[in-house]
Amino acid sequence: MREAVHIGRNPSSEPDLQELVGRVALGDEEAFAAVYDVVAGPVLGVARAVLRDQAQSEEVAQEVLVEVWRTAPRFRADRGTAINWILTLAHRRAVDRVRSVEAAAARDHKAALLDRTPEFDEVTEQVEARLEREQVRRCLRTLTEIQRQAVTLAYYRGLTYRQTAEALTLPLGTVKTRLRDGLIRLRDCLGVTA
Amino acid sequence: MTTTDPHHLTGAYALHALPEEERDAFERHLSACDPCARETAELSATAARLGLATVVTPPPAMRERVLRRVTTVRQQSPGGPDPLGPARARPRGRRLSQWALAACLAAAAALGGAVWQYERAEDALRDARRAERAADEIAAVLASPDARTRTAALGDGSTGTVVVSRSRDRAVFVVSGMPRPPGGKVYQLWFEDGGTMRSAGLMDPGRTDQTVLLRGAVDGAARMGVTLEPPGGSAQPTSAPLALLAFPA
Repeated sequence: MREAVHIGRNPSSEPDLQELVGRVALGDEEAFAAVYDVVAGPVLGVARAVLRDQAQSEEVAQEVLVEVWRTAPRFRADRGTAINWILTLAHRRAVDRVRSVEAAAARDHKAALLDRTPEFDEVTEQVEARLEREQVRRCLRTLTEIQRQAVTLAYYRGLTYRQTAEALTLPLGTVKTRLRDGLIRLRDCLGVTA
Repeated sequence: MTTTDPHHLTGAYALHALPEEERDAFERHLSACDPCARETAELSATAARLGLATVVTPPPAMRERVLRRVTTVRQQSPGGPDPLGPARARPRGRRLSQWALAACLAAAAALGGAVWQYERAEDALRDARRAERAADEIAAVLASPDARTRTAALGDGSTGTVVVSRSRDRAVFVVSGMPRPPGGKVYQLWFEDGGTMRSAGLMDPGRTDQTVLLRGAVDGAARMGVTLEPPGGSAQPTSAPLALLAFPA
């Protein structure tokens, strides 16, 4: 995995990916292969965290990567960085998949989800981005217990705020607020700018 | 706290934790609330950092598949209305279904009534795009010079034909006269290789005749199977295969 994976932490490598996506937008297949090498690991990581099933995760990751190719001409650099765009897309598609599977199954797998809140280490088991991971782990520790659980369940398990509220037996309004103030605290700890 | 103030939804939105209706309502609010839009952008970027912390090394075959796929996927044009919008999905689907039907008939005689199966998804736009991609891929598999077919009786009077293109590494399953699955269950397709079953997607339980693109690459699989599974499908088969078809050499 190339160092450029640490894009969020290392802004100096960011223009590389932006520039590559710009070339992808012009139909440059070589540039797309380079984008793939940078983002496929985190894209699969996100899908795997949410879906947990390896085959489904690969399927979703592939769809996301092809979507990156297809929609690159519409990517707007003034609205955010390329890595944010791609990982937001990956998370959204993974969440879409987990929810459509749940809906189609009309299956209440809450029991499995709710018996306990997963630890960060569990949801990110096969991790290579050590620096990024250490930083995220350190910053997650600055959250309150409820903030951390709510953010972890929503992001890494793809739960809606309603499911998160049920999982944590908290009122809906509280969960909405905790998701927001938890992310704000994370944002400040990680030094994220949009 | 039980506020419904949309300003408080920035976090839930950035984490994709809003159900669809609330997401749409929040997006309308965003377009009229600059501070919310700014905060949402920052929190989405923060959520992406949670994603960057989870790197799973993809198998090398995935890289090949994706890079091969994009050589056949047309890119959107910059700006302007989405060329693959839902309004165009129906005519295109219909045209391709007839094309696919004709190709199926040529490829596997005595099969009729093959109907293109739209995949169900909650998002109609994605549906149309995916259906189009799948329809293109079905057409490409059936038309590929190295397409090989194998037909077998599946019991219950139904007939199944599998069409494989080794060069595209994809397979299409054409079935006619398949009874509807009992009790809300679904037929799930599988790739089988050395006793290992890999999901290849679901069939439409509402159709007795259909043409389905097996999801994922053939990737050396020796056979394909069909099982009866609970709604939504299973990660691994939970019942004995109703049919196993060896891929033609």
